[in-house]
Amino acid sequence: MSSPIVVTGIGIISSIGNNLKETTHALLHMQSGIKPVSILNTRHAADFVLGEVKKTQEELNQLANADQTKPWTRTALLGLIAAREAIQDARLDHSGAFKTGIVSASTVGGMDRSELYYKDFIGEARHKEFIDTHHAGDHTEKIAETLDIKDYLTTISTACSSSLNSIMFGTRLIKNGILDRVLVGGSDALSKFTLNGFNTLMILDKEHCRPFDESRAGLNLGEGAAYLVLEKEEAALKQGKKIYAYISGYANANDAHHQTASSEEGNGPFLAMQHAITKAGLIPDDIDYINVHGTGTENNDLTEGMAMKRLFGTRIPPFSSTKAFTGHTLGAAGVIESVFSIIALQEQKLLPNINFKTAIPEINLIPVTEVKNAKLGHVLTNSFGFGGNDSTVVFSSNKTRVS
Amino acid sequence: MEQLIIKTYCHIKNNHVYINGQPAFDYPEANSMHDFLKKAFKHFKPGYAKFYKMDDISKLGFLASEVILKDKPNQNCAPEDVGIVISNSQSTLVTDTEFQASIEDDDHFFPSPSVFVYTLPNIMMGEISIRHGFRGENAFYIFENFNANFVADYINQLFLSQKLKACIGGWVDQSSESYEAFIYWADDQKDGIPAIEHSGNEIERLYNLIR
Amino acid sequence: MEELIQKLKVQIIEQLNLEDMEPDDIDETDPLFGNGLGLDSIDALELIVLLEKEYGIKIENPKDGQKIFYSIKSMAEFIESHQK
Repeated sequence: MSSPIVVTGIGIISSIGNNLKETTHALLHMQSGIKPVSILNTRHAADFVLGEVKKTQEELNQLANADQTKPWTRTALLGLIAAREAIQDARLDHSGAFKTGIVSASTVGGMDRSELYYKDFIGEARHKEFIDTHHAGDHTEKIAETLDIKDYLTTISTACSSSLNSIMFGTRLIKNGILDRVLVGGSDALSKFTLNGFNTLMILDKEHCRPFDESRAGLNLGEGAAYLVLEKEEAALKQGKKIYAYISGYANANDAHHQTASSEEGNGPFLAMQHAITKAGLIPDDIDYINVHGTGTENNDLTEGMAMKRLFGTRIPPFSSTKAFTGHTLGAAGVIESVFSIIALQEQKLLPNINFKTAIPEINLIPVTEVKNAKLGHVLTNSFGFGGNDSTVVFSSNKTRVS
Repeated sequence: MEQLIIKTYCHIKNNHVYINGQPAFDYPEANSMHDFLKKAFKHFKPGYAKFYKMDDISKLGFLASEVILKDKPNQNCAPEDVGIVISNSQSTLVTDTEFQASIEDDDHFFPSPSVFVYTLPNIMMGEISIRHGFRGENAFYIFENFNANFVADYINQLFLSQKLKACIGGWVDQSSESYEAFIYWADDQKDGIPAIEHSGNEIERLYNLIR
Repeated sequence: MEELIQKLKVQIIEQLNLEDMEPDDIDETDPLFGNGLGLDSIDALELIVLLEKEYGIKIENPKDGQKIFYSIKSMAEFIESHQK
């Protein structure tokens, strides 16, 4: 049996903190990052609340220590800040003895600059350097170049499950001997493009979102990035590295129902969770906490709840949506919530589903509403995307029978 | 050892459709990709009205998959076990631009929900999955050029770890100037058809058949 | 009213990409969703945009759409009663 894959480094930036330490503090003190709009220049500024990283482009540039001779999008800067933290945390050196790669996810890519300079692109010869930063792969290339990651690079784009899929794929790259270590995660910046898009779908709540609550009226958008450094357990132990968690199970399934809505019975979510638990060599009863997708839309929370009831029966583990902290960070949500799940494992604490008051009558499920001590061995996180792309990853504090 | 075999494949480009390398339909006088895809769809498989609501790149991938699934290569495989792995270089750039243009002008500000939905490249895979009930793993990757080895390794690994029994793989790309689809079906049933190994070399060779 | 109904048919065919459908194929009392024209939730959102764009009528709650968009006739009645 090959060595299990472990997490040895974490980096994260979102509306609740610029690094792991600040993020942990905000989660444990129930401090939400969803606030009135002050960074995004939009006609809807007064209409919505957002989970913005409260830093201007200038300030992000400073924090990221990015090469100023190159064009940087907000997505790439957020990504670089989180990726650098993860690399430093895992004390990755580039001695050349190891093959190191990056798998990163994004849905909007460089849209934040494209929409700002769109008129210049077609008109005057200004800001043309940003034309090449539009595509989803630009942030991955910029991060790899800055952090000197040379052996492997790829970009995933499967909507809101994108960055869970990058964790899944990175794990396989190591298991199959293609890489020794891999930086996995994703980044998405807020843009007018996504705000207006979700607004036309009429699934944005103008108030603070209330996942799994009867009164839920949609999601809040957010932005951020997070990365994990993955390596083999034996390599981590040999170098005396801290092991944050084991990647014990993962799966992706398609709901095959509708472009933007989950099937009533939650078929895709059910299959993703079921297969991830099986992959880990576990049974549903072994799961101690679920960080649910829980966007706060009528459809998601109801169908995700249905899928949980089908899989766990009456013994549904403690669960919470942390999207009322950060908003829905789209392509980055999977890895951001993976970091939250690992924080739960590390701290041995259940994280709260803030803004919850009343259970959804059809499913009658009550999430964890305050920070609570608990013995956590295996935690599961879900991310579901448009196009029916549904993913689940299981993190464990110790290796499982099959990991 | 069990392994995947490529059963059938389709190229669509320059107003031509090719099945297994042979010309199957053309409409050279089409004045746009949009025009061509509609015409081609009617030629092959009318009767799925939702096709006309998709954006052009989804139509392109969807049409290519319909063309190869027409002869039901998947008879022995439950749709739950079929995965899809597609890649391209431009994501959904053309559709992104269309949506962007709709929020550019304050005096004519009517962003369309149906355009926005298609600004994600994996929606195309969702449409194929909805049509056929495919529930297996879906992955969409962005590369500068078609990377046959990547797609081959990725799908073979899913097959070996028993995550799927059959798969649609390929490359579906669209820019403002051109479009191109190369889609194949692979499964492990040896049923008389000359077997093409599901390897990077073979996929590269098939991809290059129509240049 | 008859004129508005005809205009709506043309606009819906255009906006929702109802291929190979002519205005005369749609009966104004037929249900637009479900078994009728087979429209789905994204089409409903698109109809909300159509009302705003062509008739200046804003619908804030998508649930209101269910009644308004029952048929072409119900849509026309709604537009007539909401236009100044």
